[in-house]
Amino acid sequence: MAQVTLRKVVKKYDDTLAVRGIDLDIADKEFVVLVGPSGCGKSTTLRMIAGLEEISDGDIAIGGTIVNDVPPKDRDIAMVFQNYALYPHMTVHENMSFGLRLKKVAKDEIKRRVENAARILDITELLARKPKQLSGGQRQRVAMGRAIVRDPKVFLFDEPLSNLDAKLRVQMRTEIKKVHQKVRTTTVYVTHDQVEAMTLADRVVVMNGGLIEQVGAPNDLYHAPTTKFVAGFIGSPSMNFIPCRLEEASGALIARMGEVSLPLPEARTARYKPYVGKEVLFGLRPEHMTERRPYATGQPQDFSVTVDVVEPMGMETLLYFRINGVEVAARVEPTSAVASGEVMPLAADLAHMHLIDPATDKVV
Amino acid sequence: MATAVLHDRGGPSRPVRYGSISRSRKRALVWSYVFLVIFAIFFLMPPVYMFITSLKTSQEISAATNPWWVFDPTLANYIELLSSNQYLTFFKNSAIISIAVVIITMCVSIPAAFALSRMKFWGSTTLATGVFLTYLIPETLLFIPLFKTFAFVYEYTGIQLINNWWVLLFLYPTLTVPFCTWIMIGYFASIPKELDEAAIIDGASYVQTLTRIFIPVALPGIIAATIFAFTVSWAQFLYPLAFTTSTDQLVLPVGIITTLIKGDVFNWGQIMTGALLGAAPPLIIYAFLMDYYIAGLTAGATKG
Repeated sequence: MAQVTLRKVVKKYDDTLAVRGIDLDIADKEFVVLVGPSGCGKSTTLRMIAGLEEISDGDIAIGGTIVNDVPPKDRDIAMVFQNYALYPHMTVHENMSFGLRLKKVAKDEIKRRVENAARILDITELLARKPKQLSGGQRQRVAMGRAIVRDPKVFLFDEPLSNLDAKLRVQMRTEIKKVHQKVRTTTVYVTHDQVEAMTLADRVVVMNGGLIEQVGAPNDLYHAPTTKFVAGFIGSPSMNFIPCRLEEASGALIARMGEVSLPLPEARTARYKPYVGKEVLFGLRPEHMTERRPYATGQPQDFSVTVDVVEPMGMETLLYFRINGVEVAARVEPTSAVASGEVMPLAADLAHMHLIDPATDKVV
Repeated sequence: MATAVLHDRGGPSRPVRYGSISRSRKRALVWSYVFLVIFAIFFLMPPVYMFITSLKTSQEISAATNPWWVFDPTLANYIELLSSNQYLTFFKNSAIISIAVVIITMCVSIPAAFALSRMKFWGSTTLATGVFLTYLIPETLLFIPLFKTFAFVYEYTGIQLINNWWVLLFLYPTLTVPFCTWIMIGYFASIPKELDEAAIIDGASYVQTLTRIFIPVALPGIIAATIFAFTVSWAQFLYPLAFTTSTDQLVLPVGIITTLIKGDVFNWGQIMTGALLGAAPPLIIYAFLMDYYIAGLTAGATKG
């Protein structure tokens, strides 16, 4: 049993607050990803769990025991670093067994554990090599192997895939997920890549400015963000935010954005009513603004725009245009042949729209 | 207009030849070799001259013959020196002192460099700079205050430090420790921080991190520092000249000068032989460890 609990954890460097009091409960065997832009405090949080940084205030508990003053080696954790941090003078086998040898574990037990981890990671034939004879992906595996052999309560990953090229990153991402399914250990994973966060996590923790913005399952964050930051951070290209004015016309609500105006879903009328007559932000993802299709479901609403830029991506085409003074992206089929400067009729799937109060940056 | 026509044919224009990469490389190489040969001659002339002279008899040295040729080669100088107890004592003193100084230096420098580069404590950066600054004070300025200090120690405790070879074990590290610490700080700084963090998480103490991770990883730097410390102590002249006087306490460089020059009689054959033999040990060490030495000195130049 190894749940990780953070209670009002604060990290202060001189006068700057890196982490401003966060609460987080990570269940046993759960895979939690901390994600956010650089400087949001996600790495600091991980390093505090590891014990590499002292906690300025609050409590961190691993497996029910408060570990604030416990040194890293006694916390029963294993960490995988961004640059792998393999010991360059040791072979793969020695790298993986270093921790166990320091703990004076019996020789055949070490051998058994290393071979088992090597089998899980498919690196058995590399055990006699030195790190410099390995490729980036292989080094990453060894770094994970070093963590697995210690059979810790918690795995900590600090941006482990950032040093790999794009193709290998996707491959190793799947690998990490597979390893977690086999080893089933509580895992805290830090990344700035929202795709990694979405694909790996049981739960994603979005951090910003030293605070937790939102915690939730990947799909919850995508479909029901609670703040403007989360709405904009999750998803690529990010959500469009268009300034609009809420108007009421014969019982229904309308969002007026310059020359475009869209009716809001009837079901949300009561929720949005207090904002009538106010300037708010209208949020809609590019994938919910597409060309008109006869079979479209939901509440597609038509509007037309003059396209500024066309970006063919192969499987889809991104269109950029302006609504009410801001640049807006839409995703259309690659077959929808448009050129920049042309007028394109589009449909908005308003079931997926969000309304953001600019005063609080919260999703209404 | 000609280029325009060429463009019409769809190929790139070929402007007037100003030179080529291979030709300028060749020219650069020629000049490199010219200067290398000049410098090689310049620096190799003294040892070659020493070697030639060491094979001559005293009569031939003083005779007005071609100084660059041996007409009557003899190994008498070598035999005489190597069978003289005095010369072997100098050699032994030099060897013991140099090896001991290297060991003392490493025992101080490596932990000091580790502490200064890794265990961030109040004033550690200032201290690191301070260590290097002490190296910049030349020994020609230091030996007089040191002499006074020793005289002071004798006055108050009755312990005579002057004219004992072992006192050099305290003096040489004042030259070697600062520089070696500085080299090691630089080398340790090039080791990524995550490596010690990984070791800490693996359960290593500071001492284990130093001995099992840092020392093996920084071995090229340590070897470079070792060679430096050995060369400095082997070639040191001023301190032994000032602090030791009895012939059984002398080290090689001083011994040769004081015993082989008797008044105004210079025993040139033996002086050259002694100096040549004395230059051999550092040369042999360099030859074996040259690759490590260069790797150590250029550490951090390219991130490895």
